[in-house]
Amino acid sequence: MNVLTDHFADFREGFLNTVELTVLSALLALVLGTLIAAFRVSPVPALRVFGTTWVTLLRNTPLVLLFLAVTLGLPALGLKGWDTFWLAVLALGCYTSAFICEAIRSGINTVPMGQAEAARSIGMTFSQTLGQVVLPQALRTAIPPIGSLMIALAKNTAIASGFNVTELGAVQQQLNADEGYNIYVIFLWIAICYLIITFVISGLFRLLENRMAVAR
Amino acid sequence: MSEAPVTKDAKAAEGPAPAGDALVVLDKVNKHFGQLHVLQDIDLTIARGEVVVVIGPSGSGKSTLCRTINRLETTDSGSITIDGRPLPQEGRELARLRADVGMVFQSFNLFAHKTVLDNVTLGQVKVRKKDRKTAEATARSLLDRVGVGAQADKYPAQLSGGQQQRVAIARALAMDPKVMLFDEPTSALDPEMINEVLEVMQQLARDGMTMVVVTHEMGFARSAANRVVFMADGRIVEEARPDSFFSNPRSDRAKDFLSKILHH
Ligand SMILES: Nc1ncnc2c1ncn2[C@@H]1O[C@H](COP(=O)(O)OP(=O)(O)OP(=O)(O)O)[C@@H](O)[C@H]1O
Ligand SMILES: [Mg+2]
Repeated sequence: MNVLTDHFADFREGFLNTVELTVLSALLALVLGTLIAAFRVSPVPALRVFGTTWVTLLRNTPLVLLFLAVTLGLPALGLKGWDTFWLAVLALGCYTSAFICEAIRSGINTVPMGQAEAARSIGMTFSQTLGQVVLPQALRTAIPPIGSLMIALAKNTAIASGFNVTELGAVQQQLNADEGYNIYVIFLWIAICYLIITFVISGLFRLLENRMAVAR
Repeated sequence: MSEAPVTKDAKAAEGPAPAGDALVVLDKVNKHFGQLHVLQDIDLTIARGEVVVVIGPSGSGKSTLCRTINRLETTDSGSITIDGRPLPQEGRELARLRADVGMVFQSFNLFAHKTVLDNVTLGQVKVRKKDRKTAEATARSLLDRVGVGAQADKYPAQLSGGQQQRVAIARALAMDPKVMLFDEPTSALDPEMINEVLEVMQQLARDGMTMVVVTHEMGFARSAANRVVFMADGRIVEEARPDSFFSNPRSDRAKDFLSKILHH
């Protein structure tokens, strides 16, 4: 029989959980990444040091290690009772934030100095200068790399299956143990599910890119 | 009032600055870029309503001087006060003071992602906390005043250089500044656009705006300036009324400089 129709509920649950994991981690990564990028260009040395440390640590740690650190380390430090799903969001969001930060920072570097100087010269504070003038222009160049990072994030969610999160990867483990369907067919359906997610992401970002290009 | 020794007699003889109404005061300001001593013991007092033109050879520190007045450049020593208040350290306080000091850049620096109208509205709304309607009304009347009212909904890249610079002047004026700084506002412009910008500046001078203008436009200096400050190698070498500076420069550096720019 067809594994998809037989286990449609499992596939649907896995798919929806992967989508949810991707969206929530992406939100966390975008917010954190922007904040850390702001830290890295801030006039306050302590914030710059924090930003650099954050990026260096997270960018150079394998994601699986980070998952281990979050799922084993945090409870050991006394943070108990967190659902594995939310721990996965935390790990994926923090990890991806380091890359988002660098994409935004390279976008900031393409905005001419004169833009920030003009903003400061009319009395705007650092955060107004960044939020009103520099970031909106930086995003134009940062959007395509951020799109790639989001696709990478969607695929990285598969690692969560190793940590008791029921997403797409977990569907495969569960079905393999079961009734002896053709393993390649299972893989194919799972791959198609990921493709749907990544195609939607690249479509969204192409749309964003086009809209930003018009608005000028 | 503090005066540099080199400038003392020039000022005493012809300086128009009415004492007691000093708006911008630089006192023994020093600044280094690494080894380079770009500003050396700069003493300069600008009276309310005065128009001061700063000239001098390339690299003499004119831009740096201009930028220290709103602290886009920090200084190493000395003090700068604006309307009696010393320039504060970086932060909210400084931002507030900067709003009172308009600046016009050589390269316009209009916000590229905002329309002309939004360029002139942004500071009023975010810094002066005016409501959008009032800010837009002010912006439109300022744009009309500098002759670019019809361009309000365009983006900066769609305007000529002369138009962009006039928008930049309107953007600075929208903050209702006490003093306006101009750093070579016409140097990046094609010759046929220089006059439209100079005319706006002339009008501003006539209206009584306090202005510090770095420029090589001698016509503007002659007709609009109360005082010419000549800089060389990070020092103020000479200051005088425009007519006497151009017809009868005292220092050899100024004579040399004038002979180069006036006959080329
Ligand atoms: N950010 C900087 N870092 C290092 N050196 C600088 C910097 N800005 C300016 N300088 C140097 O300081 C000196 C004075 O520069 P400044 O721009 O004030 O001169 P200027 O009189 O405005 O010249 P110009 O007529 O070419 O605009 C120059 O020698 C310049 O190379
Ligand atoms: Mg200069």
